[in-house]
Amino acid sequence: MKANCWYGKHDMRVEEVPDPEILNPHDAIVKITSTAICGSDLHMYDGFIPAMEKGDIVGHEFMGEVVEVGSEVKKVKVGDRIVVPFPISCGQCFFCQKGMFSLCENSNPNAAEAELLWGHSPAGLYGYSHLLGGYAGGQAEYARVPFADVDHVKIPDDLSDEQVLFLSDIFPTGYMAAENCDIEPGDTVAVWGCGPVGQFAIQSARLLGADSVIAIDQIPERLRLAKEKGGAETINYNEVDSVVETLREMTGGRGPDRCIDAVGMEANGHAHAGQFTYDRLKQALMLETDRPIALRECMLSCRNGGTISVPGVYGGFLDKLPFGAVMNRAITIKTGQTHVQRYLQPLLERVQKKEIDPSFVITHRMKLEEAPRAYEIFKNKLDECIKVVLKP
Amino acid sequence: MGTALQRFVAKENRERVVTGLGWFSIGLGLAELLMPRTLSRLVGAPRKPLLIRALGVREIAAGVGLLTQPKPAPWLKARVAGDAMDLGLLGAAFFAEDSRPARLAIASTAVAGVTAMDVLAAQDAASGTPPSGRGVVHFEHSIIINRPAEELYRCWRNFEELPRFMNHVIRVQASEGGRSHWVAKGPAGTTLHWDAEIINDHVNELIAWRSLPDGDVDHAGSVRFQPARGGRGTLVRVEMQYRAPAGAAGAKIARFLGQSPEKQVWVDLHRFKQWVETGEIARTEGQSAGRPRSTSRKYDDLVRA
Repeated sequence: MKANCWYGKHDMRVEEVPDPEILNPHDAIVKITSTAICGSDLHMYDGFIPAMEKGDIVGHEFMGEVVEVGSEVKKVKVGDRIVVPFPISCGQCFFCQKGMFSLCENSNPNAAEAELLWGHSPAGLYGYSHLLGGYAGGQAEYARVPFADVDHVKIPDDLSDEQVLFLSDIFPTGYMAAENCDIEPGDTVAVWGCGPVGQFAIQSARLLGADSVIAIDQIPERLRLAKEKGGAETINYNEVDSVVETLREMTGGRGPDRCIDAVGMEANGHAHAGQFTYDRLKQALMLETDRPIALRECMLSCRNGGTISVPGVYGGFLDKLPFGAVMNRAITIKTGQTHVQRYLQPLLERVQKKEIDPSFVITHRMKLEEAPRAYEIFKNKLDECIKVVLKP
Repeated sequence: MGTALQRFVAKENRERVVTGLGWFSIGLGLAELLMPRTLSRLVGAPRKPLLIRALGVREIAAGVGLLTQPKPAPWLKARVAGDAMDLGLLGAAFFAEDSRPARLAIASTAVAGVTAMDVLAAQDAASGTPPSGRGVVHFEHSIIINRPAEELYRCWRNFEELPRFMNHVIRVQASEGGRSHWVAKGPAGTTLHWDAEIINDHVNELIAWRSLPDGDVDHAGSVRFQPARGGRGTLVRVEMQYRAPAGAAGAKIARFLGQSPEKQVWVDLHRFKQWVETGEIARTEGQSAGRPRSTSRKYDDLVRA
């Protein structure tokens, strides 16, 4: 089969690789009909994710038709059309049973490695380095899905791929980010980053009852989408002196009640040339692994007693965070890789009830063979790109 | 390394050695910082005052760390890294035009000697094992499993099924009187054989065993099944002690090759948990990949024991 494989920084190649096989009794094999590139894939593309090996198949947002099932699979059968969540979860351990699927204790065969870096290991993920299991990913024609009974949602015929593909990752991610804010009536929610996750966070904040949403980015078409589809007020950080000050003015001096960092470790903030230069230099000297420019702004602008929600992906170590601001002002920070399985059914229902059409973020539709070019377009935001869907 | 050197760096002398190395670092560092040209002439290396000053700063930092911090281990490791760098620079200096080979040779020998001391002291501080050559290693690991103790005891007591989740065990044959014969993969592609007997067996609570003489392995161990805190399942605690086949040096080499029994037990416990809770063991061996091996030797095979 054809699959998109990582070969190094800015080096993705679509190659002919062996078809996946049933390896464990709870596995299923899915013939992929649609798959996407995630913003977090770009950290791998840019060489910021360690423990990658040349030839790793990448991709963790995929869906398709079940073509084979293992001997112990009871809840899906050949022919079912499913969306697959990006965390691999057993459903039996302490964390899965508490609904914290992205923290499954049984799905990362390389747990020892993750423990070294992070203290304990989270769940295995598709196509996201050997720290998280080294599982083959879903930017391919077929994929092996472990624990298929737990890790699927069945899709009825009357919904198109584009309407449901994002249940695999970015829609639940934006939703959980908003849910983590504990939004109360009257709240103003500020969202840093208007990429696909930010867009879903904005809309989810509305669905969860926010009074107003302020969206922060530098890319005009993304700010426009946030305004048109999300009803958000916008801040282009290249056009203001200080995001923190602008938010202060917009909220009558108090600051936004809830802040969502949907940017993560490769923050730009060109207008804040000082911070970007500082963090980029520290990254080059290996004194810091991530650039927390957006997170610092969250910490300074959030209102007293407010909540910062972090869906943005970080990998290692941050530097110079104003934690004094966080502690002295009783700010809550909530984070995590999304517990997708928890949200599959509820969010599918919202799509069926037409409360939201996730396909609104798609700007580019390309073939799997064009994946390397697609990564380039997505990374550099060429051609007003917001989200790319690949068809095998 | 020579027993004289080992004894010198033994526990009683440890503190003196650490303090000595600390002051040595500071002294050398000050010389490098304040008299770089004189030092390069003495040592026979080309004059590079900026480089030598930088080395001086590094040396002083290591010295201060050794003298002021409660745990010497990381600072000793830093000294070893510094020694490696120094040896490398001295080696490179041989090829420079304005070097004095005779003096460089003497300097390199001196640095090599100091390196030996640093390495011994660092190993000592890190492992906490006295370099007495007794070679007995003792460790314990525990894990919480979401199943009742009876089920876990039954699973473990059935020795012949252990290879399912113990990667390095090839085969176990149980025989009468609590005895069993074991075949397992050893370091560097060898196969180990030994007989074991159960020395303690409390149903649903404890199994303790030890290997019998004349086997390839000399070890004893126990597994306990207790209620986990907060009523969250069963705590499985494995304790083991073993005499490494080649003494302390053998144990260190095995650890370096990524095949230490301690690591194997950790991985086996996690696989036991997966087996009992989910009915399968997480794997990627045999999956698709854009290279001949489905897994990564460096990131997967080494870490999965």
